[in-house]
Amino acid sequence: MRYLFRRAVFYLIALWAAVTFNFIIPRLMPGDPAEAYIAKLMTQQVTRAQIDAIRAEFGVNPNVPIWRQYLDYLNGILHGNLGISTSQFPTPVGDILKQSLPWTIGLVGVALVLSFFIGTLIGILIAWKRGSWYDTAVPPFLTFLSAIPYFWMALGLVYIFGVILNWFPTDSGYDVFNVSPGWNMDFIGSVAQHSILPVATLIIGSLAGWVLIMRNMMVTTLSEDYVTMAEAKGLSERRVMFHYAARNAILPSITSFSIALGLIVSGALLTEIVFNYPGIGFSLYKGVQSNDYALVEGCFLVIALAVIFANFLFELIYVFLDPRVRHGKK
Amino acid sequence: MQITNTTNQKGASITFLGRTKARVSSILRAIVSNPKIAFGVGVVVFFVLVAIAAPLLTPYDPTASIVRGSLPPSWRHIFGTTGLGQDMFAQIVYGARVTLTVAFVAAIGSTILQIVMGLSSAYYGGMVDEVLSLIINVFLVLPGLPLTIVLASLASASGASRSEFVIALVLLFTSWSYGARVLRAQTLSLKEREFVAAARATGESSLRIISSEILPNEVSLIASTFVGTFVYAVGAEVALEFLGLGDTSRPSWGVILYWAENNAALIVGKWWQFVPAGICIALLCAGLTFINFGMDELSNPRLRVERPPRRHLISRKSKAVTSR
Repeated sequence: MRYLFRRAVFYLIALWAAVTFNFIIPRLMPGDPAEAYIAKLMTQQVTRAQIDAIRAEFGVNPNVPIWRQYLDYLNGILHGNLGISTSQFPTPVGDILKQSLPWTIGLVGVALVLSFFIGTLIGILIAWKRGSWYDTAVPPFLTFLSAIPYFWMALGLVYIFGVILNWFPTDSGYDVFNVSPGWNMDFIGSVAQHSILPVATLIIGSLAGWVLIMRNMMVTTLSEDYVTMAEAKGLSERRVMFHYAARNAILPSITSFSIALGLIVSGALLTEIVFNYPGIGFSLYKGVQSNDYALVEGCFLVIALAVIFANFLFELIYVFLDPRVRHGKK
Repeated sequence: MQITNTTNQKGASITFLGRTKARVSSILRAIVSNPKIAFGVGVVVFFVLVAIAAPLLTPYDPTASIVRGSLPPSWRHIFGTTGLGQDMFAQIVYGARVTLTVAFVAAIGSTILQIVMGLSSAYYGGMVDEVLSLIINVFLVLPGLPLTIVLASLASASGASRSEFVIALVLLFTSWSYGARVLRAQTLSLKEREFVAAARATGESSLRIISSEILPNEVSLIASTFVGTFVYAVGAEVALEFLGLGDTSRPSWGVILYWAENNAALIVGKWWQFVPAGICIALLCAGLTFINFGMDELSNPRLRVERPPRRHLISRKSKAVTSR
């Protein structure tokens, strides 16, 4: 319990740091970012209210002391107030994020779980047959696949499967013209069909990590005496592989979930941009393109909060899986 | 320690050159003997040479429009031309300079920060460690790419800073935490060793113990985190430029892809604007990753593939080697 308490405190500090970064970064920038943004927007139609919204976002009001601005900002965050989008004026940033967050969570969640299971399974199998030709061939091949930038691979898949073969839709999260969102089969089917390519991109890009971690840990546990013992007892190959070796080798894979999560979230951002997938990454991209800083910042904050929360969740799972941590030893 | 140092000083200066030579040749031998490292080093050296020799490899200026519109690959333009009629091969070759330089600067800076944070956190311990490792861990859970995009979009909005240097700085800032944590863990175990205790007993200053007792023992780890950071920096740099957050007038691998995407090159089937840059990035990152895998194998013999597998023999041998 003490351990859990410590970790909870840490994640609270991390949350606070993310929120505070969001506050400090624009204020540390050289020059006057608010003016720069306003100047950029001047090329388009811009209203008085929009300019005020930008100024409020950057807190450039010399009459209000900085600590006061900070407290106001924290108060706003606690009430879910993330400022007003200038590109989709006057929609609050919070509303845009509320619409896009489920898409990203769905995409990342499915991709993460699938790539974890597929990758770990491949890792177990090639470690079991170590020294065989596919143990020599698969890891380098996967390494090359994962070295390909996410967005480039996504573009390639769009080209091959969307443009040339025309198998899958390559745009948006569902069929915007023929299907209306809701809990009906048409919509769910459309979402599933639209998610195949993005999810495939993410799985291919993140598979290598799982395979290699699992393979390397498996190789180590396979040389343990209890595995030899299990084999000597005449247990079935499957039982030795999964219940004796893999079970003890899987812990580092769980630990690296949090790092993988960060990577896959980054990958998802780029993938969403390529597929015009209506998630947070696409909102972030739109914010960047239209100089909508409130939206950019809001997206960052939501992603950071989600990642921190997910990390905490994994840590809870880890405590459940590893009794050494549970009993207070580090 | 000090006594042996003073008596050996003459001898040390004579054999120093010889020892360095021996060390260099042993490193070279390790590179050649491990196919993964050999492949990785080969790829990286290839791209570095290409970047250096760019003017010799192509007669074209990468930014000049030399033909009308986008031509498919031909003998004159082996990678074809861009929508503006610029030679794609020239763009790739000169672009290697930008991409490699930015990633290298970011990775070097990041590695220095990793060393400073990781080593001082572990060595000093106590409150210093509490504070520094809190900072490290917070940076570790903050998602890197989104933070990078936020910083880069602010930097590019506030005018003057639309340069590669700023991108490198942003990448440095968002990439150091993982390596710092790895180095901290290693230092924690190193500082309990006898030779560090001996140095402390002879009254060496903390700075000297860190720099000449602990640091040299972490060189291989630092090298591998450096390579890892380099891979991250290449990927993130290309991603930022792909999003249009870099200097879009100067060709680099990410900028090439930015223009290819902006001109919808793929949808209309102009694959040559898009394939070469991607292959180069993938090759470079794969090469770097292979260097790291190779180094892992050198330091952890269990990971080496031996044929035919003789399990009980390997296990006995490796247990002696890898028990840390």
